[in-house]
Amino acid sequence: MKYAYYPGCSLRGTGRAYEESLLAVFQALEIDLQELEDWNCCGATTYMSVDELTSYALAARNLALAERDHMNVVAPCAACYLVLNKTQRYMHDYPDIKLVVSRALAAIGLHYDDHVQVRHPLDILLHEVGLKAIAAKVKTPLKGLQVAPYYGCQIVRPYATFDDQRNPTSMDRLLEACGAKIVHYPLKTRCCGGSQKGTLPEIGLELIRHLLTEAQNNGADVIATVCPLCQFNLECFQKEAGNHNHPISMPVLYFTQLMALALGASGEAIGLQRSLIPIEPLLARKEIAYA
Amino acid sequence: MPEIPSSAIESSRERPRIGVYVCHCGTNIAGIVDVRAIVEFAAKLPGVVVSRDYKYMCSDPGQALIQQDIAEHHLNRVIVASCSPLLHEATFRRVLSRAGLNAFLLQMVNIREHVSWVHLNQREATEKTKDLVRAAVRRVSLHKPLQKRRVSINPHVLVVGGGIAGIHAALTLAEAGKQVYLVEREPTIGGHMAKFDKTFPTLDCAACILTPKMTAVGSHPRIHLWTYSEVVRVEGYVGNYKVKVRRKPRYVIEDLCLGCQECVTACVYKEAKNPDEFNLGLSKRKPVYLPFPQAVPQKVVIDPQTCIQFKSGKCKKTCVEACGDRKAIDFTQKETIEDIEVGTIILATGFKTFDPVRNPYYGYGRYANVYTSLEVERLINASGPTAGEIVLRDGGQPKAVGIIHCVGSRDANTNRWCSKVCCMYSLKLAHLIKERTGAEVYNFYIDMRTPGKGYEEFYDRLLDEGVHFVRGRVAEVSDWATHPSEKGRLVIRVEDTLAAFVRRIPVDMVVLSVGMEPQPDAQDVRRLFNISCSTEGWFLERHPKLAPVSTFTEGVYIAGACQGPKDIPDSVAQAGAAAAEAMALIDAQFVELEPYTAFISEDQCSGCKTCIPLCPYQAISYMEEKKKAAINEVLCKGCGTCVAGCPSGSIQQNFFEDEEIFEEIEGVLAYA
Amino acid sequence: MELKRTVKFEADRDPEFARWISHTVGGERIRHCLQCGLCSGSCPLSLYMDYTPRRLMHLSREGFKEEVLSSSSIWLCTACYACMVECPKKINITHLMYALKQRAIEERFYPKRFPIPVMAQQFSRMVRGSGRITESWLIVRVFLRTAIWRLLGMSGLGLRLFRAGRMTLKPEKIERRAEIISMLDSVAATRKELAL
Ligand SMILES: Cc1cc2nc3c(=O)[nH]c(=O)nc-3n(C[C@H](O)[C@H](O)[C@H](O)COP(=O)(O)OP(=O)(O)OC[C@H]3O[C@@H](n4cnc5c(N)ncnc54)[C@H](O)[C@@H]3O)c2cc1C
Ligand code: SF4
Ligand code: SF4
Repeated sequence: MKYAYYPGCSLRGTGRAYEESLLAVFQALEIDLQELEDWNCCGATTYMSVDELTSYALAARNLALAERDHMNVVAPCAACYLVLNKTQRYMHDYPDIKLVVSRALAAIGLHYDDHVQVRHPLDILLHEVGLKAIAAKVKTPLKGLQVAPYYGCQIVRPYATFDDQRNPTSMDRLLEACGAKIVHYPLKTRCCGGSQKGTLPEIGLELIRHLLTEAQNNGADVIATVCPLCQFNLECFQKEAGNHNHPISMPVLYFTQLMALALGASGEAIGLQRSLIPIEPLLARKEIAYA
Repeated sequence: MPEIPSSAIESSRERPRIGVYVCHCGTNIAGIVDVRAIVEFAAKLPGVVVSRDYKYMCSDPGQALIQQDIAEHHLNRVIVASCSPLLHEATFRRVLSRAGLNAFLLQMVNIREHVSWVHLNQREATEKTKDLVRAAVRRVSLHKPLQKRRVSINPHVLVVGGGIAGIHAALTLAEAGKQVYLVEREPTIGGHMAKFDKTFPTLDCAACILTPKMTAVGSHPRIHLWTYSEVVRVEGYVGNYKVKVRRKPRYVIEDLCLGCQECVTACVYKEAKNPDEFNLGLSKRKPVYLPFPQAVPQKVVIDPQTCIQFKSGKCKKTCVEACGDRKAIDFTQKETIEDIEVGTIILATGFKTFDPVRNPYYGYGRYANVYTSLEVERLINASGPTAGEIVLRDGGQPKAVGIIHCVGSRDANTNRWCSKVCCMYSLKLAHLIKERTGAEVYNFYIDMRTPGKGYEEFYDRLLDEGVHFVRGRVAEVSDWATHPSEKGRLVIRVEDTLAAFVRRIPVDMVVLSVGMEPQPDAQDVRRLFNISCSTEGWFLERHPKLAPVSTFTEGVYIAGACQGPKDIPDSVAQAGAAAAEAMALIDAQFVELEPYTAFISEDQCSGCKTCIPLCPYQAISYMEEKKKAAINEVLCKGCGTCVAGCPSGSIQQNFFEDEEIFEEIEGVLAYA
Repeated sequence: MELKRTVKFEADRDPEFARWISHTVGGERIRHCLQCGLCSGSCPLSLYMDYTPRRLMHLSREGFKEEVLSSSSIWLCTACYACMVECPKKINITHLMYALKQRAIEERFYPKRFPIPVMAQQFSRMVRGSGRITESWLIVRVFLRTAIWRLLGMSGLGLRLFRAGRMTLKPEKIERRAEIISMLDSVAATRKELAL
């Protein structure tokens, strides 16, 4: 199995640990990733609101590069995953959009024929590798670790077909295969507010607070995420989200970090040290002796 | 009346051996009444031989229990304390019959509707049950064996009202080989449906689907179609009704008129001057006219109110000239009365639309361009007054049209009920108006009610067509302009409850979606046919779910909008159901009637004749030679009026003899 | 108490706007909206919205442009797609929110120093220049233009992220930056040609 890897801008910044752990997991499971040559920003949610047409063109450049190299794309960031999929969908549904995008691609000597699949790591791990194969490779089971699986909004909604849009369970099952215990978490697909924390801080904080306190109330030790922005929001504002009576301190890891630990990676290799809320004491308490 | 076997009479004279059966009805009864206590109490009452309780007395094992006891313990009276006799009296009577006892030696005690469902206190409920059971035990000892009466069924059927419901019922029966009399008040059949252009939700042309059925009625060998006629008297009882029908003179001999309408052209009135009823006054007709091109029968009518010959007797009678040898016109025609005998009757007299003058704030009658929905049906009808073009009363074409739902519906000030069809026909009109004029169309609704096959989909289609849907009951239509854009137009003031602000919307035409009401003469008709009306005035069905086309008068059925607001599919379904009910009776060839008739003890009757005018069914006659009154058992409905009215107390009623009732009363009071 | 006329005249409606919304990409089904309110109920931001998504659907298709474009809701929408997945009429609500945001930016219907449009503009500028986003610089640029004081408030967090290696001042750039410019120019040209 070989895929074009599309990191997206965040995995080069705040989400570095996502990249490090993703690569470790894929390596352990023998899936080849080759970084997409000279990829560019997908346009993300933000671009859409100023200039949609441009954002489709930007996203399509990446699709065209992958098609040129005859590869399907893996996009771990929720926003990238959505935008790339949406671009395909809209180019297919709206002839005008297709025309604009095709011309822009032609201007740089590229073209796109709708041959690329854009997939999320959850999808590939679950459907290409499979739970059995993963369980067989687990070296350090995450025994006793209570995880709140947080999918956020844009992974399964609105286009993904690899999981149930209202009640996704792919991450639950992957982490269970690694020995973790999944706690009841009804807010698993509720929005974290995205960039709202930056632009309308009070409101963004309120959404973050709901997610954190609900995980806490349901007995989670750690929240697992699939999106760099979710991870950032949930981890970086816990002090503001909590208060004197109810302080919040809850490690927030990428699901790939938890999987990589189970598959035998060292904490350093998968960026545990980059967390603002360290998980090491918790792992020690649970006697999970990772490499 | 079949004889009662002497052995049965014998058994009734024996000392009573009574079985008492108390039903739990699951927890319906047992949840509040202490059934064990009742069983023990009953066992000690005089004459009671067995006393038992069971979870469901009406179930097969429950019935078997009683049947077995009758045989084993030689019971000759049975009491079942359970639900209302309306539900299961027939069931338990069958048990007695199966066990060889006369079915009327049963007495039911309703301890569910009368006790457990209306009491909260267990002790009180149990005490009351004891009283009722005691009363029944005392009463049942006096029961006599009775036999049901059988009457034969006349296979002819009368259908009243020639709207779509009446038409469908008549055709169904005639096709099944029955003779049908179809009586319609107007000069043509067709009812409301004949006025529509298209019908929801499929938008098929009303005439295309209705007129073939109308002509089929007109030419059917087994249908006697009497238009311009009314039923004036109904006598008799199920299977044997005698009906008088008044046929109004149309001053045209139906058998001779060919429907060529040369007389209409020839009429001395060159221009039509009188408001055309069929077009709701939106056009004019002459004194001699055909109601509409597809009228059935295709026979002209002369209106004596406007015809010169009738007013002055000095007309040139150009119509008679034009008719020539056919000699169909007859100014001397008189009304006639036809007597018919039928076994069953179907009433399909339909509805009337609400008169919006009662809602003065909508300006109907004050502003020329405020219309009722029915008027608009005519306006957009290809054979209507404007050949289907929407031309306003002031001659203009509308650029914006407001359709106001629920006019005279869902309103404590007028009618409380939902008229059920207005949402759908308003959507239909919105579609047709938009299609014909390209106008902006606004629908003002409270709730959008589109429950029906393909109806929600029709609403969805209208949404897509870009009709405005403003949720809110319109407060006012006026020509008071408060903004330059409102000058010279009709302004609709409404809260758009979805937007949550008040809007003022100027339009050129307002359509009032008037609701459905009972016919103005519904009360007279109901008395004529001896049926009931609901409080709103709709004909009352025997049971809203399980007997929707039957009435409390056997052999009389109801179908279509006379029973309550409904659309064409539902009216047709009911008409089919009513026809099937009538046929079931006809094919059974006879019905059994309850034997609760009154009888006179001849030696006590003084011949005072008090009872004769009291009987609503004319069942009592006077025997001159004996100087006594006599009751015709077949006509007697067992209402008991004469029993109460007889000054010498010489009339008794089966199953309700004085002794039986007094015993029951004393039984109830015996607790004291 | 400030009193305002709230009754709406038909002249307050902008039929062109109503036509536009049902013809814009994603707006094809807006007229089918049943006004059931499921979108508002499922929206995590409706707690704060002046007009709920349901009301925006109604106001837009009726053409109440002023109310719609000056609503806070279109800026609160985080594009989480909760409404769209649930909508019984399959209305592309999220996309319509985008469309309304764009229209509001075009017609300058937003408060001065409102960070969201500023963020969007800075974002597109950065993409045009480098082909990628460097989060640290984006944040700095947005706050400089909207609320400098908040930048100071965030400096603690910034520093910790720097130490964890999650923030860098080294801008991310793609190799063939000229391609981005060519594409953007091409989009602009086609847009003009087709009047999109
Ligand atoms: C504006 C409007 C539009 C509508 N559009 C549609 C539509 O598109 N699709 C749909 O399915 N439904 C529609 N309906 C409903 C439809 O009109 C009724 O469902 C249907 O007419 C009921 O049929 P009916 O035979 O019961 O009653 P009616 O049509 O009212 O017929 C009753 C007949 O009985 C006669 N009659 C009354 N009293 C007597 C008497 N005492 N003796 C003798 N004859 C008597 C009347 O003259 C009449 O001919 C609409 C209703 C309205 C008001
Ligand atoms: S289908 Fe349900 S929601 Fe729709 S109108 Fe009927 S009852 Fe209301
Ligand atoms: S969920 Fe869909 S149909 Fe319901 S109000 Fe929202 S947009 Fe309209």
